Amino acid sequence: MNNSVTTIKVIKEIARPYKSWRSRLRAFYNRSEAFKGYTLLSPTLLVMLFSMCVPFGLMVVMSFWTQSGYEFDTSFTLLNYEKIVSTPVYSQLLMRSLWISAACTLATVLIAYPMAYYVAFHVHRRKMMWIILMTLPFWTSYLLRIFSWKVILGFNGVINSGLMGMGIIDKPLEFLLYNPTAVVITLTHAWVAFAILPIYISLEKIDKSLLEAATDLGDGPIARFFRVTLPLSLPGVIAATILIFVPTVGDYVTPALVGGPNGLMIANLITAHFGIINNWPGGSALAIIMMLVVGFIAAIYIGLTRFAVKNIE
Amino acid sequence: MKNVAYINRPNRPLFIYAILFLIFLYLPILFLPLFSFNEAIYIAFPIENWTLQWYRDMFNNEPMIAALLNSIKVGVVASVASTFLGVFGAKAVTRYHIPGRAPIVSVIMAPLVIPGIILGVALLILINRIGVPLSLYTITLGHILVCVPFSMATLMTRFEGFDKSFEEASADLGENAWWTFWRVTIPIVFPGIVASLLLCFIISFDEFILAFFLGGTDPTLPLFIWGQLRFPNRLPSVLALATCILVLSLVVVVISQYLVKREPDSDTP
Repeated sequence: MNNSVTTIKVIKEIARPYKSWRSRLRAFYNRSEAFKGYTLLSPTLLVMLFSMCVPFGLMVVMSFWTQSGYEFDTSFTLLNYEKIVSTPVYSQLLMRSLWISAACTLATVLIAYPMAYYVAFHVHRRKMMWIILMTLPFWTSYLLRIFSWKVILGFNGVINSGLMGMGIIDKPLEFLLYNPTAVVITLTHAWVAFAILPIYISLEKIDKSLLEAATDLGDGPIARFFRVTLPLSLPGVIAATILIFVPTVGDYVTPALVGGPNGLMIANLITAHFGIINNWPGGSALAIIMMLVVGFIAAIYIGLTRFAVKNIE
Repeated sequence: MKNVAYINRPNRPLFIYAILFLIFLYLPILFLPLFSFNEAIYIAFPIENWTLQWYRDMFNNEPMIAALLNSIKVGVVASVASTFLGVFGAKAVTRYHIPGRAPIVSVIMAPLVIPGIILGVALLILINRIGVPLSLYTITLGHILVCVPFSMATLMTRFEGFDKSFEEASADLGENAWWTFWRVTIPIVFPGIVASLLLCFIISFDEFILAFFLGGTDPTLPLFIWGQLRFPNRLPSVLALATCILVLSLVVVVISQYLVKREPDSDTP
């Protein structure tokens, strides 16, 4: 019905004998959907582009400067990058950050998958309630979620005082807090709600008749899972890993609160460059290297998994 | 739905796993409220005396109240601004056939994936180069950047959910684009707008990472808490404050999720 209305409009438009260029322009504008769409979109897109591209550009430029006192020496130099490459502490911290994030990502996906699977396949009533229940903590204060682990793992914390109260240990366990494991546990807990949604969505999309077909053709539950369900849900798993891995590499709150000296990550060093070390160009160069390394790893990972999925098919 | 026997059968091991998962998810957060009623300054079991003293103290804590007001100001401005941007963006990508829709949407969603520290540092450099002093305004700017993706996502589901023919009918009956937008589109997506406002407010209210870089001398509530963490004897008051923030966040998010996930057709005028 709508089509015929537009057709009539267009015919009327063509049949009109003479039009000024302004009304022609208006007619073009009204008919061109894409143009209208772009006009409507432009404020949002421009704000986002401006507030991401300009700062990033400036950061790249600044990484080739040097700090002199409270001012910047704006002559071009590669000194910051040379320093990062030649100082082993930087690469050690970066490697540690990558390992911590990788461990956290793996743990997050392993924990989230069965949960997403349960809600996608075995919950039939009140599905929405389950989804809200699973993702709710993600919306609460990040700082407080991390702080709660300090309360749990601390020297006088929940676990230590609880175990001592029950008489299982005599003095507090010191290995709980201030180490990389504490960082991994805390990050996993903080991000697990974020991993569930993409996995859930990809599981929900699976055509149930495929599972039926696999059963009819003689697959047991385990074979069916590995041959049908898991491969079909891989896009969600891949999305979840990227969504967790990339932001966690750059986390500085968790290592600062529960990491201790051995759990510090690259982001703590970047933060220090903009604070007590007061070397903004050095910090910019570090941030850029971190982004490049993370981006590179994410790209390789996506490429490899795509390749693997294709081979399975 | 097809009748697939093994799917409809309840799965007991997975159900137990789901319960354990929820315990893992919620238990750590619940320790904060629990210890906020503890009379002793140190967090340790067993809790011997229960008290409401830490909550009473909050009313006289002037720096905390100032930080709370700052957070509310930033949150209101950031949520209104990002919802405003979100409405136009979401309508454009869902209602018009735009070439290059996918890359545009991923550009707008990018702040979700970019580590907070990178955004914070980059914005700090920009603000420093322009020469604007760090203040609540700069925090607000950062918060708008992280809120727009959530606002877009919330409103896009809402726009996708309602029938395009309502807008077309209004246009056919002679309303121009603006009036159609105000009298048809806005009322239908209104729950989505409220949800987006609530969600963006709470994201800004709880946001720490960007505020840490972009904040000046006036702290927001998370910055205030961060400052207090250095003093062990102020821990109980932080716990009481944390409890209030958690309760507020949970209530606001539940309302906003309820508004988004409701069937769009059930409340059309």
